[in-house]
Amino acid sequence: MKLIDFIPAVLVAIILGLWEGATRFMEIPIFILPPPSSIFTTAVVKAPLILPHAATTFSEIILGIFMALGTAVPLAIIMFAKPALEKTLAPFLVASQAIPVFAIAPLLVVWLGYGIASKVFMAWIIIFFPITISLLSGLKSCDPEFRVLFRLMGASFYDTLRWLYWPWALPQFFAGLKVGVTVATIGAVIGEWVGAQQGLGYLMIQSNARLQVDLVFAAILWLTAMGLGLWILVGVVENRIIKWKV
Amino acid sequence: MNNPGERHMLQITGAAKSYNGQTVFSGLNLAVEREQFTVLVGPSGCGKSTLFDGLTGAIGLDRGRISWNHEILTHLGHHAAYMQQKDLLLPWFSLMENALLPAKTGKQDMVQMEPVAQKLFVRLGLNGYESHYPHEISGGMRQRCALVRTLMFNRDLILLDEPLSALDAITRRSLQSLLLLLQTAFKKTLLMITHDIEEALLLGDEVYLFSSQPMRIKERFVLDQPKPRLFSDPGLLKIKRHMLEQLEGAL
Ligand SMILES: Nc1ncnc2c1ncn2[C@@H]1O[C@H](COP(=O)(O)OP(=O)(O)OP(=O)(O)O)[C@@H](O)[C@H]1O
Ligand SMILES: [Mg+2]
Repeated sequence: MKLIDFIPAVLVAIILGLWEGATRFMEIPIFILPPPSSIFTTAVVKAPLILPHAATTFSEIILGIFMALGTAVPLAIIMFAKPALEKTLAPFLVASQAIPVFAIAPLLVVWLGYGIASKVFMAWIIIFFPITISLLSGLKSCDPEFRVLFRLMGASFYDTLRWLYWPWALPQFFAGLKVGVTVATIGAVIGEWVGAQQGLGYLMIQSNARLQVDLVFAAILWLTAMGLGLWILVGVVENRIIKWKV
Repeated sequence: MNNPGERHMLQITGAAKSYNGQTVFSGLNLAVEREQFTVLVGPSGCGKSTLFDGLTGAIGLDRGRISWNHEILTHLGHHAAYMQQKDLLLPWFSLMENALLPAKTGKQDMVQMEPVAQKLFVRLGLNGYESHYPHEISGGMRQRCALVRTLMFNRDLILLDEPLSALDAITRRSLQSLLLLLQTAFKKTLLMITHDIEEALLLGDEVYLFSSQPMRIKERFVLDQPKPRLFSDPGLLKIKRHMLEQLEGAL
Protein backbone atom coordinates (compact mmCIF):
# COMPACT_ATOMS: atom_id res chain seq x y z
CA MET A 1 0.00 0.00 0.00
CA LYS A 2 1.20 3.45 -0.85
CA LEU A 3 1.02 6.54 1.28
CA ILE A 4 -1.84 7.91 -0.82
CA ASP A 5 -4.03 4.93 0.13
CA PHE A 6 -4.05 6.12 3.74
CA ILE A 7 -5.22 9.63 2.93
CA PRO A 8 -8.98 8.85 3.20
CA ALA A 9 -8.49 7.16 6.58
CA VAL A 10 -6.33 10.03 7.82
CA LEU A 11 -8.89 12.57 6.61
CA VAL A 12 -11.72 10.76 8.42
CA ALA A 13 -9.61 10.61 11.58
CA ILE A 14 -8.91 14.36 11.40
CA ILE A 15 -12.57 15.23 10.92
CA LEU A 16 -13.66 12.94 13.77
CA GLY A 17 -10.89 14.38 15.98
CA LEU A 18 -11.96 17.96 15.29
CA TRP A 19 -15.57 17.03 15.88
CA GLU A 20 -14.71 15.28 19.15
CA GLY A 21 -12.56 18.21 20.28
CA ALA A 22 -15.09 20.85 19.32
CA THR A 23 -17.97 19.18 21.19
CA ARG A 24 -15.82 18.71 24.31
CA PHE A 25 -13.99 22.04 24.51
CA MET A 26 -16.86 24.21 23.29
CA GLU A 27 -19.19 22.31 25.59
CA ILE A 28 -21.83 21.78 22.97
CA PRO A 29 -24.80 20.09 24.68
CA ILE A 30 -25.16 16.41 23.83
CA PHE A 31 -28.75 16.95 22.58
CA ILE A 32 -27.44 19.40 19.91
CA LEU A 33 -24.35 17.60 18.66
CA PRO A 34 -22.99 14.56 20.47
CA PRO A 35 -19.27 13.76 20.08
CA PRO A 36 -18.39 10.84 17.78
CA SER A 37 -17.27 8.76 20.76
CA SER A 38 -20.73 8.84 22.33
CA ILE A 39 -22.36 8.14 18.94
CA PHE A 40 -20.25 5.01 18.56
CA THR A 41 -21.00 3.98 22.12
CA THR A 42 -24.73 4.48 21.59
CA ALA A 43 -24.62 2.60 18.29
CA VAL A 44 -23.08 -0.37 20.03
CA VAL A 45 -24.74 -0.25 23.45
CA LYS A 46 -28.21 0.39 22.01
CA ALA A 47 -27.75 -2.29 19.37
CA PRO A 48 -30.55 -4.48 20.79
CA LEU A 49 -32.92 -1.53 20.34
CA ILE A 50 -31.59 -0.52 16.91
CA LEU A 51 -31.24 -3.96 15.39
CA PRO A 52 -34.95 -4.74 14.74
CA HIS A 53 -35.34 -1.31 13.12
CA ALA A 54 -32.22 -1.87 11.00
CA ALA A 55 -33.54 -5.28 9.96
CA THR A 56 -36.80 -3.71 8.77
CA THR A 57 -35.04 -1.00 6.77
CA PHE A 58 -32.59 -3.54 5.39
CA SER A 59 -35.34 -5.83 4.12
CA GLU A 60 -37.11 -2.85 2.54
CA ILE A 61 -33.92 -1.97 0.69
CA ILE A 62 -33.21 -5.55 -0.38
CA LEU A 63 -36.76 -6.09 -1.60
CA GLY A 64 -36.61 -2.76 -3.43
CA ILE A 65 -33.35 -3.76 -5.10
CA PHE A 66 -34.70 -7.11 -6.24
CA MET A 67 -37.90 -5.56 -7.52
CA ALA A 68 -35.85 -2.96 -9.38
CA LEU A 69 -33.61 -5.65 -10.87
CA GLY A 70 -36.61 -7.75 -11.83
CA THR A 71 -38.21 -4.88 -13.69
CA ALA A 72 -35.29 -2.72 -14.88
CA VAL A 73 -33.33 -5.54 -16.52
CA PRO A 74 -36.21 -6.81 -18.70
CA LEU A 75 -37.28 -3.25 -19.52
CA ALA A 76 -33.77 -2.22 -20.58
CA ILE A 77 -33.46 -5.33 -22.75
CA ILE A 78 -36.88 -4.81 -24.35
CA MET A 79 -36.11 -1.14 -25.02
CA PHE A 80 -32.78 -2.19 -26.52
CA ALA A 81 -34.35 -4.86 -28.72
CA LYS A 82 -37.15 -2.57 -29.92
CA PRO A 83 -35.85 0.97 -30.50
CA ALA A 84 -39.38 2.11 -31.39
CA LEU A 85 -40.47 1.11 -27.91
CA GLU A 86 -37.52 2.97 -26.43
CA LYS A 87 -38.64 6.13 -28.20
CA THR A 88 -42.13 5.68 -26.79
CA LEU A 89 -41.06 4.88 -23.25
CA ALA A 90 -38.10 7.21 -22.83
CA PRO A 91 -40.21 10.34 -22.15
CA PHE A 92 -42.14 8.49 -19.43
CA LEU A 93 -38.94 7.28 -17.85
CA VAL A 94 -37.47 10.76 -17.80
CA ALA A 95 -40.74 12.22 -16.53
CA SER A 96 -40.82 9.65 -13.74
CA GLN A 97 -37.47 11.04 -12.61
CA ALA A 98 -38.66 14.65 -12.87
CA ILE A 99 -41.38 13.92 -10.29
CA PRO A 100 -39.84 14.52 -6.88
CA VAL A 101 -40.23 11.05 -5.45
CA PHE A 102 -40.16 12.42 -1.91
CA ALA A 103 -43.20 14.55 -2.65
CA ILE A 104 -45.30 11.48 -3.37
CA ALA A 105 -44.09 9.62 -0.28
CA PRO A 106 -47.14 10.70 1.77
CA LEU A 107 -49.41 9.47 -1.02
CA LEU A 108 -47.65 6.12 -1.08
CA VAL A 109 -48.32 5.73 2.63
CA VAL A 110 -51.99 6.50 1.99
CA TRP A 111 -52.13 4.00 -0.85
CA LEU A 112 -49.91 1.23 0.46
CA GLY A 113 -50.20 1.69 4.20
CA TYR A 114 -47.80 2.08 7.12
CA GLY A 115 -46.19 -1.30 6.53
CA ILE A 116 -43.09 -2.01 4.51
CA ALA A 117 -44.88 -2.01 1.13
CA SER A 118 -44.78 1.76 0.73
CA LYS A 119 -41.05 1.86 1.61
CA VAL A 120 -40.17 -1.00 -0.73
CA PHE A 121 -42.03 0.88 -3.43
CA MET A 122 -40.07 4.07 -2.68
CA ALA A 123 -36.74 2.24 -2.81
CA TRP A 124 -37.83 0.49 -6.00
CA ILE A 125 -38.73 3.63 -7.96
CA ILE A 126 -35.52 5.32 -6.89
CA ILE A 127 -33.22 2.46 -7.95
CA PHE A 128 -35.18 1.50 -11.02
CA PHE A 129 -34.05 4.46 -13.10
CA PRO A 130 -30.24 4.26 -12.69
CA ILE A 131 -30.27 0.52 -13.37
CA THR A 132 -32.44 0.80 -16.49
CA ILE A 133 -30.48 3.70 -17.93
CA SER A 134 -27.04 2.28 -17.21
CA LEU A 135 -27.91 -1.15 -18.57
CA LEU A 136 -29.55 0.31 -21.67
CA SER A 137 -26.60 2.55 -22.46
CA GLY A 138 -24.25 -0.35 -21.79
CA LEU A 139 -26.12 -2.53 -24.28
CA LYS A 140 -26.14 0.27 -26.82
CA SER A 141 -22.42 0.93 -26.45
CA CYS A 142 -21.55 -2.41 -28.06
CA ASP A 143 -19.01 -2.07 -30.85
CA PRO A 144 -20.74 -2.31 -34.28
CA GLU A 145 -17.89 -4.46 -35.61
CA PHE A 146 -18.80 -7.16 -33.11
CA ARG A 147 -22.43 -6.90 -34.13
CA VAL A 148 -21.46 -7.49 -37.77
CA LEU A 149 -19.39 -10.49 -36.68
CA PHE A 150 -22.36 -12.02 -34.85
CA ARG A 151 -24.67 -11.32 -37.76
CA LEU A 152 -22.27 -13.03 -40.15
CA MET A 153 -22.10 -16.01 -37.82
CA GLY A 154 -25.85 -16.26 -38.18
CA ALA A 155 -26.43 -15.66 -34.45
CA SER A 156 -29.99 -15.21 -33.21
CA PHE A 157 -30.89 -12.14 -31.14
CA TYR A 158 -30.97 -14.27 -28.02
CA ASP A 159 -27.49 -15.71 -28.67
CA THR A 160 -26.13 -12.26 -29.48
CA LEU A 161 -27.69 -10.94 -26.29
CA ARG A 162 -26.20 -13.52 -23.96
CA TRP A 163 -22.79 -13.84 -25.60
CA LEU A 164 -22.18 -10.29 -26.77
CA TYR A 165 -24.49 -7.52 -25.56
CA TRP A 166 -25.00 -8.69 -21.98
CA PRO A 167 -21.34 -9.23 -21.05
CA TRP A 168 -20.49 -6.05 -22.91
CA ALA A 169 -23.01 -4.09 -20.80
CA LEU A 170 -22.07 -5.64 -17.45
CA PRO A 171 -19.55 -2.98 -16.31
CA GLN A 172 -22.08 -0.20 -16.90
CA PHE A 173 -24.85 -2.28 -15.35
CA PHE A 174 -22.80 -2.67 -12.17
CA ALA A 175 -21.97 1.05 -12.13
CA GLY A 176 -25.73 1.74 -12.19
CA LEU A 177 -26.41 -0.90 -9.55
CA LYS A 178 -23.80 0.65 -7.24
CA VAL A 179 -25.52 4.02 -7.52
CA GLY A 180 -28.82 2.23 -7.00
CA VAL A 181 -27.95 0.41 -3.79
CA THR A 182 -26.57 3.55 -2.16
CA VAL A 183 -29.58 5.73 -2.98
CA ALA A 184 -31.97 2.92 -2.03
CA THR A 185 -31.42 3.75 1.66
CA ILE A 186 -32.67 7.27 0.99
CA GLY A 187 -35.91 5.96 -0.47
CA ALA A 188 -36.56 3.60 2.41
CA VAL A 189 -35.80 6.20 5.09
CA ILE A 190 -37.96 8.91 3.52
CA GLY A 191 -40.79 6.40 3.34
CA GLU A 192 -40.33 5.65 7.04
CA TRP A 193 -40.22 9.34 7.99
CA VAL A 194 -43.61 9.90 6.44
CA GLY A 195 -45.27 7.08 8.28
CA ALA A 196 -44.07 3.79 9.67
CA GLN A 197 -44.16 1.59 12.74
CA GLN A 198 -40.66 0.22 12.43
CA GLY A 199 -37.38 1.05 10.71
CA LEU A 200 -34.32 3.27 11.17
CA GLY A 201 -36.17 6.28 9.70
CA TYR A 202 -38.96 5.76 12.23
CA LEU A 203 -36.40 5.43 15.03
CA MET A 204 -34.74 8.69 13.94
CA ILE A 205 -38.02 10.61 14.02
CA GLN A 206 -38.91 9.19 17.43
CA SER A 207 -35.49 9.89 18.95
CA ASN A 208 -35.33 13.35 17.45
CA ALA A 209 -38.62 14.25 19.08
CA ARG A 210 -37.22 13.10 22.44
CA LEU A 211 -33.96 15.03 21.87
CA GLN A 212 -32.03 11.73 21.89
CA VAL A 213 -29.69 13.11 19.26
CA ASP A 214 -27.03 10.48 19.93
CA LEU A 215 -29.57 7.82 18.95
CA VAL A 216 -30.41 9.76 15.77
CA PHE A 217 -26.74 9.76 14.87
CA ALA A 218 -26.38 6.12 15.82
CA ALA A 219 -29.23 5.30 13.39
CA ILE A 220 -27.49 7.32 10.69
CA LEU A 221 -24.30 5.40 11.39
CA TRP A 222 -26.14 2.10 10.93
CA LEU A 223 -27.71 3.37 7.71
CA THR A 224 -24.33 4.44 6.38
CA ALA A 225 -22.83 1.09 7.27
CA MET A 226 -25.69 -0.67 5.46
CA GLY A 227 -25.31 1.44 2.32
CA LEU A 228 -21.54 1.00 2.36
CA GLY A 229 -21.89 -2.73 2.96
CA LEU A 230 -24.22 -3.13 -0.01
CA TRP A 231 -21.91 -1.06 -2.18
CA ILE A 232 -18.96 -3.27 -1.23
CA LEU A 233 -21.06 -6.40 -1.77
CA VAL A 234 -21.99 -5.30 -5.29
CA GLY A 235 -18.30 -4.59 -5.95
CA VAL A 236 -17.36 -8.10 -4.79
CA VAL A 237 -20.02 -9.68 -7.01
CA GLU A 238 -18.86 -7.51 -9.90
CA ASN A 239 -15.26 -8.62 -9.49
CA ARG A 240 -16.32 -12.27 -9.36
CA ILE A 241 -18.34 -11.98 -12.56
CA ILE A 242 -16.18 -9.63 -14.61
CA LYS A 243 -12.85 -11.38 -14.59
CA TRP A 244 -11.79 -10.38 -18.07
CA LYS A 245 -9.71 -7.42 -19.19
CA VAL A 246 -10.70 -5.56 -22.33
CA MET B 1 -17.53 -25.49 -69.83
CA ASN B 2 -16.35 -22.42 -71.64
CA ASN B 3 -18.95 -20.28 -69.95
CA PRO B 4 -16.83 -18.06 -67.69
CA GLY B 5 -19.63 -17.99 -65.13
CA GLU B 6 -18.98 -21.63 -64.38
CA ARG B 7 -15.60 -20.92 -62.87
CA HIS B 8 -16.68 -17.93 -60.89
CA MET B 9 -17.95 -18.57 -57.46
CA LEU B 10 -18.54 -14.91 -56.79
CA GLN B 11 -19.33 -12.26 -59.34
CA ILE B 12 -19.91 -8.61 -58.58
CA THR B 13 -21.40 -6.55 -61.37
CA GLY B 14 -21.90 -2.80 -61.50
CA ALA B 15 -21.43 -2.22 -57.77
CA ALA B 16 -21.87 1.39 -56.69
CA LYS B 17 -21.73 3.21 -53.39
CA SER B 18 -21.61 6.88 -52.51
CA TYR B 19 -21.56 8.75 -49.22
CA ASN B 20 -23.19 12.18 -49.16
CA GLY B 21 -22.90 12.59 -52.91
CA GLN B 22 -19.28 11.47 -52.88
CA THR B 23 -18.89 8.43 -55.12
CA VAL B 24 -16.71 5.81 -53.48
CA PHE B 25 -17.09 3.49 -56.49
CA SER B 26 -19.52 2.94 -59.30
CA GLY B 27 -19.80 0.38 -62.06
CA LEU B 28 -17.33 -1.87 -60.31
CA ASN B 29 -16.98 -5.43 -61.59
CA LEU B 30 -15.09 -8.20 -59.89
CA ALA B 31 -15.06 -11.95 -60.25
CA VAL B 32 -13.58 -14.46 -57.86
CA GLU B 33 -12.76 -17.96 -58.94
CA ARG B 34 -13.31 -21.00 -56.78
CA GLU B 35 -10.33 -21.97 -54.62
CA GLN B 36 -8.38 -19.00 -55.86
CA PHE B 37 -6.57 -16.42 -53.79
CA THR B 38 -7.65 -12.99 -55.00
CA VAL B 39 -5.92 -9.97 -53.55
CA LEU B 40 -7.03 -6.34 -53.66
CA VAL B 41 -4.47 -3.57 -53.36
CA GLY B 42 -5.12 0.16 -53.51
CA PRO B 43 -4.35 3.51 -51.93
CA SER B 44 -5.67 4.15 -48.44
CA GLY B 45 -9.24 5.41 -48.34
CA CYS B 46 -10.08 4.33 -51.88
CA GLY B 47 -13.03 2.20 -50.76
CA LYS B 48 -11.82 -1.37 -50.38
CA SER B 49 -13.32 -1.88 -46.93
CA THR B 50 -16.52 -0.21 -48.14
CA LEU B 51 -16.74 -2.85 -50.86
CA PHE B 52 -16.36 -5.58 -48.23
CA ASP B 53 -18.99 -3.90 -46.07
CA GLY B 54 -21.32 -4.10 -49.03
CA LEU B 55 -20.46 -7.76 -49.60
CA THR B 56 -21.00 -8.75 -45.98
CA GLY B 57 -24.18 -6.70 -45.74
CA ALA B 58 -22.84 -4.37 -43.07
CA ILE B 59 -23.95 -1.57 -45.41
CA GLY B 60 -26.24 -1.61 -48.41
CA LEU B 61 -24.77 -0.96 -51.84
CA ASP B 62 -26.54 1.70 -53.92
CA ARG B 63 -26.46 -0.46 -57.02
CA GLY B 64 -24.91 -3.67 -58.16
CA ARG B 65 -25.50 -7.36 -58.47
CA ILE B 66 -23.85 -9.97 -56.31
CA SER B 67 -24.01 -13.39 -57.84
CA TRP B 68 -23.00 -16.37 -55.78
CA ASN B 69 -22.82 -19.73 -57.54
CA HIS B 70 -25.25 -18.27 -60.12
CA GLU B 71 -27.63 -17.19 -57.44
CA ILE B 72 -28.36 -13.47 -57.06
CA LEU B 73 -27.99 -12.29 -53.46
CA THR B 74 -28.32 -8.95 -51.72
CA HIS B 75 -25.22 -9.79 -49.66
CA LEU B 76 -23.00 -12.72 -48.73
CA GLY B 77 -24.15 -12.73 -45.11
CA HIS B 78 -24.47 -16.48 -44.74
CA HIS B 79 -21.98 -17.62 -47.35
CA ALA B 80 -18.75 -15.93 -46.35
CA ALA B 81 -16.55 -15.73 -43.30
CA TYR B 82 -14.93 -12.42 -42.53
CA MET B 83 -11.74 -11.47 -40.78
CA GLN B 84 -10.31 -8.04 -40.17
CA GLN B 85 -7.24 -6.28 -38.87
CA LYS B 86 -8.84 -6.31 -35.41
CA ASP B 87 -9.09 -9.84 -34.09
CA LEU B 88 -12.50 -9.15 -32.48
CA LEU B 89 -12.00 -11.87 -29.90
CA LEU B 90 -14.47 -11.65 -27.03
CA PRO B 91 -12.54 -10.95 -23.83
CA TRP B 92 -14.97 -12.92 -21.65
CA PHE B 93 -14.44 -16.14 -23.58
CA SER B 94 -11.39 -18.39 -23.59
CA LEU B 95 -9.62 -18.97 -26.91
CA MET B 96 -11.46 -22.25 -27.43
CA GLU B 97 -14.83 -20.67 -26.60
CA ASN B 98 -14.06 -17.88 -29.04
CA ALA B 99 -13.12 -20.36 -31.74
CA LEU B 100 -16.28 -22.40 -31.20
CA LEU B 101 -18.56 -19.38 -31.31
CA PRO B 102 -19.52 -19.64 -35.01
CA ALA B 103 -20.33 -23.32 -34.50
CA LYS B 104 -22.48 -22.48 -31.49
CA THR B 105 -24.37 -19.58 -33.05
CA GLY B 106 -24.71 -21.47 -36.32
CA LYS B 107 -26.32 -24.36 -34.41
CA GLN B 108 -23.72 -26.80 -35.65
CA ASP B 109 -23.19 -30.11 -33.93
CA MET B 110 -20.81 -29.26 -31.08
CA VAL B 111 -19.73 -32.85 -30.44
CA GLN B 112 -18.49 -32.91 -33.99
CA MET B 113 -17.05 -29.39 -34.09
CA GLU B 114 -14.96 -29.45 -30.92
CA PRO B 115 -12.40 -31.94 -32.27
CA VAL B 116 -12.28 -29.89 -35.48
CA ALA B 117 -11.40 -26.77 -33.50
CA GLN B 118 -8.92 -28.76 -31.43
CA LYS B 119 -7.16 -29.93 -34.60
CA LEU B 120 -7.00 -26.37 -35.89
CA PHE B 121 -5.47 -25.23 -32.59
CA VAL B 122 -2.73 -27.79 -33.06
CA ARG B 123 -2.27 -26.89 -36.70
CA LEU B 124 -1.95 -23.18 -35.97
CA GLY B 125 0.29 -23.72 -32.96
CA LEU B 126 -2.23 -22.71 -30.33
CA ASN B 127 -2.44 -26.05 -28.52
CA GLY B 128 -2.02 -25.63 -24.81
CA TYR B 129 -3.66 -22.23 -24.92
CA GLU B 130 -7.28 -23.40 -25.30
CA SER B 131 -8.37 -22.14 -21.90
CA HIS B 132 -6.32 -18.94 -21.96
CA TYR B 133 -8.11 -15.62 -22.33
CA PRO B 134 -7.39 -13.18 -25.17
CA HIS B 135 -5.64 -10.65 -22.90
CA GLU B 136 -3.19 -13.33 -21.82
CA ILE B 137 -1.68 -13.96 -25.25
CA SER B 138 0.26 -12.04 -27.89
CA GLY B 139 -1.18 -10.18 -30.87
CA GLY B 140 0.05 -12.84 -33.28
CA MET B 141 -1.61 -15.60 -31.26
CA ARG B 142 -4.82 -13.61 -31.05
CA GLN B 143 -4.86 -13.27 -34.81
CA ARG B 144 -4.22 -16.98 -35.19
CA CYS B 145 -7.17 -17.64 -32.89
CA ALA B 146 -9.27 -15.29 -35.04
CA LEU B 147 -8.13 -17.35 -38.01
CA VAL B 148 -9.34 -20.56 -36.34
CA ARG B 149 -12.67 -18.89 -35.64
CA THR B 150 -12.89 -17.76 -39.26
CA LEU B 151 -12.39 -21.36 -40.36
CA MET B 152 -15.04 -22.52 -37.90
CA PHE B 153 -17.60 -20.49 -39.84
CA ASN B 154 -17.41 -23.47 -42.16
CA ARG B 155 -17.93 -21.32 -45.26
CA ASP B 156 -16.33 -21.71 -48.67
CA LEU B 157 -15.43 -18.06 -49.14
CA ILE B 158 -13.29 -16.07 -46.73
CA LEU B 159 -13.04 -12.28 -46.86
CA LEU B 160 -9.90 -10.88 -45.30
CA ASP B 161 -9.53 -7.14 -44.69
CA GLU B 162 -5.88 -6.47 -43.91
CA PRO B 163 -5.83 -9.48 -41.58
CA LEU B 164 -2.14 -9.22 -40.75
CA SER B 165 -1.42 -5.51 -40.92
CA ALA B 166 -1.39 -5.03 -37.14
CA LEU B 167 1.39 -7.58 -36.71
CA ASP B 168 5.16 -7.27 -36.74
CA ALA B 169 7.01 -8.36 -39.87
CA ILE B 170 8.19 -11.72 -38.54
CA THR B 171 4.82 -12.79 -37.16
CA ARG B 172 3.25 -11.61 -40.39
CA ARG B 173 5.47 -13.88 -42.48
CA SER B 174 4.55 -16.93 -40.44
CA LEU B 175 0.84 -16.09 -40.60
CA GLN B 176 1.07 -15.59 -44.35
CA SER B 177 1.96 -19.24 -44.72
CA LEU B 178 -1.09 -20.07 -42.61
CA LEU B 179 -3.25 -18.03 -44.99
CA LEU B 180 -1.79 -20.06 -47.81
CA LEU B 181 -2.81 -23.16 -45.89
CA LEU B 182 -6.43 -22.00 -46.02
CA GLN B 183 -6.25 -22.24 -49.78
CA THR B 184 -4.16 -25.37 -50.19
CA ALA B 185 -5.24 -27.57 -47.27
CA PHE B 186 -8.76 -26.28 -46.58
CA LYS B 187 -9.74 -25.54 -50.19
CA LYS B 188 -11.11 -22.14 -49.32
CA THR B 189 -11.70 -19.34 -51.78
CA LEU B 190 -10.03 -16.21 -50.52
CA LEU B 191 -10.57 -12.53 -51.19
CA MET B 192 -8.07 -10.41 -49.32
CA ILE B 193 -7.35 -6.70 -48.97
CA THR B 194 -3.78 -5.75 -48.14
CA HIS B 195 -1.41 -2.81 -48.20
CA ASP B 196 1.59 -5.07 -48.27
CA ILE B 197 2.54 -5.54 -51.92
CA GLU B 198 4.94 -8.36 -51.11
CA GLU B 199 2.16 -10.15 -49.28
CA ALA B 200 -0.10 -9.69 -52.30
CA LEU B 201 2.50 -11.10 -54.65
CA LEU B 202 3.47 -14.00 -52.39
CA LEU B 203 -0.11 -15.16 -51.88
CA GLY B 204 -2.25 -13.97 -54.75
CA ASP B 205 -3.29 -15.90 -57.81
CA GLU B 206 -4.87 -12.72 -59.03
CA VAL B 207 -3.98 -9.27 -57.78
CA TYR B 208 -6.14 -6.26 -58.47
CA LEU B 209 -4.68 -2.80 -58.24
CA PHE B 210 -7.28 -0.14 -57.51
CA SER B 211 -7.15 3.56 -58.20
CA SER B 212 -7.94 6.18 -55.58
CA GLN B 213 -11.50 7.47 -55.25
CA PRO B 214 -13.70 6.89 -57.16
CA MET B 215 -12.29 3.41 -56.91
CA ARG B 216 -11.87 1.47 -60.13
CA ILE B 217 -9.69 -1.39 -61.25
CA LYS B 218 -6.48 0.08 -62.57
CA GLU B 219 -4.71 -3.13 -63.34
CA ARG B 220 -5.09 -6.86 -62.89
CA PHE B 221 -2.16 -9.22 -62.50
CA VAL B 222 -2.42 -12.94 -62.95
CA LEU B 223 0.36 -14.72 -61.10
CA ASP B 224 0.98 -18.33 -61.98
CA GLN B 225 4.24 -18.80 -60.12
CA PRO B 226 3.91 -21.90 -57.92
CA LYS B 227 3.46 -21.38 -54.21
CA PRO B 228 5.08 -21.11 -51.73
CA ARG B 229 6.87 -18.34 -53.57
CA LEU B 230 10.14 -16.66 -52.92
CA PHE B 231 10.43 -12.99 -53.30
CA SER B 232 13.67 -13.27 -55.23
CA ASP B 233 11.63 -14.29 -58.29
CA PRO B 234 12.55 -11.66 -60.90
CA GLY B 235 9.03 -11.70 -62.34
CA LEU B 236 7.54 -10.81 -58.95
CA LEU B 237 10.13 -8.11 -58.32
CA LYS B 238 9.26 -6.52 -61.63
CA ILE B 239 5.55 -6.47 -60.80
CA LYS B 240 6.31 -5.08 -57.36
CA ARG B 241 8.29 -2.17 -58.80
CA HIS B 242 5.52 -1.51 -61.26
CA MET B 243 2.82 -1.56 -58.58
CA LEU B 244 4.80 0.73 -56.30
CA GLU B 245 5.15 3.23 -59.13
CA GLN B 246 1.44 3.05 -59.80
CA LEU B 247 0.57 3.52 -56.11
CA GLU B 248 2.94 6.42 -55.70
CA GLY B 249 1.52 8.00 -58.79
CA ALA B 250 -1.95 7.74 -57.27
CA LEU B 251 -1.00 9.79 -54.21
N1 LIG C 1 -19.99 5.68 -42.89
C1 LIG C 1 -19.36 6.49 -43.76
N2 LIG C 1 -19.81 7.74 -44.00
C2 LIG C 1 -19.20 8.56 -44.87
N3 LIG C 1 -18.10 8.23 -45.55
C3 LIG C 1 -17.58 7.01 -45.36
C4 LIG C 1 -18.18 6.07 -44.46
N4 LIG C 1 -17.44 4.94 -44.47
C5 LIG C 1 -16.43 5.16 -45.34
N5 LIG C 1 -16.52 6.39 -45.89
C6 LIG C 1 -15.59 6.95 -46.87
O1 LIG C 1 -15.42 6.02 -47.90
C7 LIG C 1 -14.09 6.05 -48.34
C8 LIG C 1 -13.52 4.68 -48.43
O2 LIG C 1 -13.31 4.17 -47.12
P1 LIG C 1 -12.77 2.70 -46.91
O3 LIG C 1 -12.71 2.43 -45.46
O4 LIG C 1 -13.56 1.76 -47.75
O5 LIG C 1 -11.30 2.80 -47.51
P2 LIG C 1 -10.18 1.68 -47.63
O6 LIG C 1 -9.86 1.53 -49.06
O7 LIG C 1 -10.58 0.48 -46.89
O8 LIG C 1 -8.98 2.40 -46.90
P3 LIG C 1 -7.82 1.74 -46.01
O9 LIG C 1 -6.91 1.07 -46.99
O10 LIG C 1 -7.17 2.91 -45.37
O11 LIG C 1 -8.45 0.79 -45.05
C9 LIG C 1 -13.31 7.00 -47.45
O12 LIG C 1 -13.10 8.19 -48.12
C10 LIG C 1 -14.22 7.20 -46.28
O13 LIG C 1 -14.10 8.50 -45.80
MG1 LIG D 1 -9.92 -0.50 -45.08
